[in-house]
Amino acid sequence: MIPEPRAARPPIAAPGVWRLFAGFLKVGLQGFGGVLPFARRMLVEERRWLDERAFVEVLSLSQFLPGPNIVNVAVIVGQRFHGVAGAVVAVLGLLTMPFAIVLALAAAYANWAHVPALRGAAYGVTAAATGLVIATGFRMGGPIRRRRWQLGVAVATFAAIALLRVPLLAALAVLAPVAVAIAWRTR
Amino acid sequence: MIPNVLMRLALEFGMLSLAAVGGVNAIIPEIQRRVVVVEGWLSNADFAQAFAIAQAAPGPNLLVVSVIGWKAAGIAGALVATFAICGPSSVLTYGVSRIWDRFREVPLRIAIQEGLAPVTVGLVLAAGFVLARTVDEGPGAVALTVLSAAAVLAMRIHPLWLLALGAAAGAAGWL
Repeated sequence: MIPEPRAARPPIAAPGVWRLFAGFLKVGLQGFGGVLPFARRMLVEERRWLDERAFVEVLSLSQFLPGPNIVNVAVIVGQRFHGVAGAVVAVLGLLTMPFAIVLALAAAYANWAHVPALRGAAYGVTAAATGLVIATGFRMGGPIRRRRWQLGVAVATFAAIALLRVPLLAALAVLAPVAVAIAWRTR
Repeated sequence: MIPNVLMRLALEFGMLSLAAVGGVNAIIPEIQRRVVVVEGWLSNADFAQAFAIAQAAPGPNLLVVSVIGWKAAGIAGALVATFAICGPSSVLTYGVSRIWDRFREVPLRIAIQEGLAPVTVGLVLAAGFVLARTVDEGPGAVALTVLSAAAVLAMRIHPLWLLALGAAAGAAGWL
């Protein structure tokens, strides 16, 4: 596949700064239980700022770079259209309202925490949300099933963090370079 | 004179920002370890509640750090923690995004991506496991966790239904 030179790939419809803000504002407000599908819908289907292929690439980049995935998506998309201002505006659009809502919920919960039903509900939500995290892990595991060394790395990482409870930074400092070295050797 | 707790919030979450390979899900056990065990800002119960509130609210699940920051140091804490979890990684992402085209086909970039992919899988699965061990306090909760995971994977049910189910079951005292 021959990569196209940058100039030959015009954006489908370049948004202004305010549109960037508005687009991500909508994504943030919709994202119950997972923001990325809404981001995809906004970017690829509704506003058509990216085509499917570009989105997949942005997503892949967002996931392998550290940091919250959706924030990375906002930074990349914002940067692409309006540099620093675009990145900042996209992230602000994404987070401002949810941030306010979350704090309002936290404050409300603190006031009502003595009600057993509410505490029970929070407990139930946590249990269900934990299941969602596990599901996400397995879904991510799909693409790496084919290579044994990748399975090995995943298992080693799981063992280090979940079973041995090695601090994250120490585990990453060992596992990440080793994994990359293996990938390099088997390329 | 900046309060010590704000500086520590900034430091802890700033470091976690750069360690969050694969997103916030990957660092949840570490967040729990740091805020409950190392810093003592929250109890385990508080942490579980923060997690629930962030899940119930719209927006990304990074907002769990906003609730943690708020519990530790009010609104200032919430702002500092949120900024810290997003800031460092965003700067890095911005820089990489700018020069991305030059590196797309470079073998080292591909090796980095292929190496990190399984690490992130391990991290996220570990996160789920540690969370389950920390927050599930009885067979009912464990069953709900397993059911939710299975429902999403096998039946592709929208996560929100499962959160609602969890809330209802919990409120009814079934867990």
